[in-house]
Amino acid sequence: MKVLTLNFLTCAVKTCKSSADSFPLHPKDAELAHDDIEINPELLANVLPRIDWTALRTTSTELGFPELPAQPPTVEELEADEALLKELHSLLLETQMMEGKLVCGCCGHEYAVREGIANFLLPSHLV
Amino acid sequence: MLPTPDTSHVPYTRVYEPAEDSFLLLDTLSSPSETAFLSSRFSTTAGGCAPLIVEIGPGSGVVIAFLTAHAQTILGTQHVLTCGVDVNRFACAATGRTAAKAVAETMANDDGSGGGGGAGWFLDAVQGDLVAPLRDGVVDVLVFNPPYVPTDELPVPVAGGAERGTTTTFEEESHLLALSYAGGRDGMETTDRLLAALPTALSARGCAYVLLCAQNRPEEVKERIRATGGGWKAETVGTSGKQAGWEKLQIIRIWRATHDA
Ligand SMILES: [Zn+2]
Repeated sequence: MKVLTLNFLTCAVKTCKSSADSFPLHPKDAELAHDDIEINPELLANVLPRIDWTALRTTSTELGFPELPAQPPTVEELEADEALLKELHSLLLETQMMEGKLVCGCCGHEYAVREGIANFLLPSHLV
Repeated sequence: MLPTPDTSHVPYTRVYEPAEDSFLLLDTLSSPSETAFLSSRFSTTAGGCAPLIVEIGPGSGVVIAFLTAHAQTILGTQHVLTCGVDVNRFACAATGRTAAKAVAETMANDDGSGGGGGAGWFLDAVQGDLVAPLRDGVVDVLVFNPPYVPTDELPVPVAGGAERGTTTTFEEESHLLALSYAGGRDGMETTDRLLAALPTALSARGCAYVLLCAQNRPEEVKERIRATGGGWKAETVGTSGKQAGWEKLQIIRIWRATHDA
């Protein structure tokens, strides 16, 4: 599962959705893999405005990546900063979480990730 | 005609095989009326950021792979992110593979104008129930080919169940396939849950394509959506298989008017 995907996912428990603690989910015991993908600056510039930057910073740090700037770059800043482009490309699109868990900061539920596929089905007592 | 994604690798004993309903979705989403509608909302010239397309219950992945591979033609931009949510773990794996193959085929056919021949970016398929794993308001285009066959009972996904390993019993396989078609009362139990979740799942510019069969009473479904208020619209945008004057299958588009579309 890509790090960019994590930016769109939250806890599947209905009552957690309104809590700020349910997003982003926190990776635990994460085994990462790296895909080599050709960099696409135009795509990144189009994706940047829809990223929750604060959540991405948290995810990035929790996965052991260098700290991202506190504020998201503007599209112009991103296009002018090759190092940042490469860093974001590598983090968002090339990094895959293959195994591990995603933990909700609100209810504590752990969602398993196996062979790169996260399982958000809830046991019946949580539905 | 845009090429149909290759699904020859999909294990059809555990995953719904592309059928008339899947192909109706492909035809409808690539029809002139829908590519015009989608491009007016999401093309690069329409402004805004990369749209997120989510298919609920992608099964083999044929529909989301088609949308990903032909993003430029269908949405007027290749800067498109796509993903799938399916209760069936095997379907999630199949969808990832189908999408990767379809994108690779588009890139191989690139005429050299650059940009990978107009393919978008498939992110992931995650295992889950409808839109439950998604943050509110992030979906720009939602596609749903639901379990629409009226049945006495509605099968329930098993949280652990068949996702343990690579082997499945005949009963587990029957259950996985039942999840893909059995719709409970009027064939609408799952679709009704999805329709109820749409206003919170979709973004301000969001729209949804949902497949219905005649037994689902599509005219009543559309009326119910329009009656919810909030400016929601619902229209039939694709049909197939006339049966005694009734369209056997149809696709409805659900959307809210934006200031420019
Ligand atoms: Zn939670």
